[in-house]
Amino acid sequence: MLKLSWWKWLCIVLIFYTLIEGFLGPVPALPILNETIRNLYFHVTMWFAMMILMTVSLVYSIKYLSKPLAHNDTVAEMSAKVGMLFGIIGILTGMIWAKNTWGAYWVNDAKLNGAAAALLVYTAYFILRNAIEDETKRARISSVYAIFAFTLMMVFIMVLPRMTDSLHPGNGGNPGFSTYDLDANMRKVFYPAVLGFTLLGIWIMQLKINIKKLQHFNDEQ
Amino acid sequence: MQNTSKIFSLIIKEYRYDWRSRSALSGILMYVFATVFICYLSFKNVIDIPTWNSLFWIIILFVAINAIAKSFMAESQALQLFYYSFLSPYHIIVSKIIYHAVLMFVLATLGAFIFTFFLGNPVQSYLQFSLALLLGSVSFSSCLTMISAIASRATNNPALLAVLGFPVLLPVLTVTIRFSKNAIDGLAWSVNQPYFILLLCLNALILALAYLLFPYLWRE
Repeated sequence: MLKLSWWKWLCIVLIFYTLIEGFLGPVPALPILNETIRNLYFHVTMWFAMMILMTVSLVYSIKYLSKPLAHNDTVAEMSAKVGMLFGIIGILTGMIWAKNTWGAYWVNDAKLNGAAAALLVYTAYFILRNAIEDETKRARISSVYAIFAFTLMMVFIMVLPRMTDSLHPGNGGNPGFSTYDLDANMRKVFYPAVLGFTLLGIWIMQLKINIKKLQHFNDEQ
Repeated sequence: MQNTSKIFSLIIKEYRYDWRSRSALSGILMYVFATVFICYLSFKNVIDIPTWNSLFWIIILFVAINAIAKSFMAESQALQLFYYSFLSPYHIIVSKIIYHAVLMFVLATLGAFIFTFFLGNPVQSYLQFSLALLLGSVSFSSCLTMISAIASRATNNPALLAVLGFPVLLPVLTVTIRFSKNAIDGLAWSVNQPYFILLLCLNALILALAYLLFPYLWRE
């Protein structure tokens, strides 16, 4: 029998709950949105997970600068990698949703541009990491960039869209799902889904960290 | 008191350094002129105000990247060792940001004049537009000085500054463009005030981050 810690079991249960309940459970019948409202469980949760992973990356970069351990840098790097994966999936699910409700895969919108910019920052972070040979130097310089860029990115994603009108729910006079669309039935799936996908992200991250540590160990032998 | 005099002498040094090697400075001026001239030749006449505004800020963005790119690359190992033994990192970053902000403000103002000469001038509120120029220069300078310090620590790849800089500059660039657009349209101050405050906050955030993080870049 596979030995997994409790939160991994919780993750498996929550993901399956999200999949089953998300596709089969009752949802409010709303015009235009129709059944695409189910995408809420997958698209929005991706961004929640990405923001949490970006915060992890930010925190571990700060930790690295105050205490330069290789572990801190590895966590920062891997959480950024998994965060980028979630960001890409978030953009793709969002594009499918946008095509079906707004009629186009991409619209010029503050929130969408913020999402694209978040992926740009991640890409820049990885390019910087590749440009530095020396390991400790790479860790230090990329930590500095991560703190600088991720902080500004959070401002860009969280503050600026609230200043303008937006098609996207939750901005500029356009109410978020929480106000009326998200009824009690949907909440029962949505919050577990957020937790489930975040745990999945942490799980992937943990595996990647272990792989990197083993590779490192192998190189030293 | 001593800190101020140190920072001041570093700013003077930056200025002398640029002034002595005129090729760099005249290269930037040429860049401003050439890009505006190219826009003039390709657009003939820009009547649309949003286009005028965006075009202007995109040119200023590229000018800023070119002007600030070399700031850390040019300094030799020996000079850095000299700094290390006599100065604190705060002196370096503060003096560089101030110098680049002033340089960028001069270049942006000059750019605005050249732009006016070739492409006309739709600006209605000059006071707000100069404020946009000033705040834009300060935020470009603080962002790019910091990014240039990061890029100079990596292998010498000239494209790295642009790659690292663009995503970081996006927030200030979008707010500056909006602020400047309202200034050109001559909207009331009450409309533009939120953007002004947001821009100030963003600047304060960037400056605080640069001030806190630069010491970690500095020690080799």
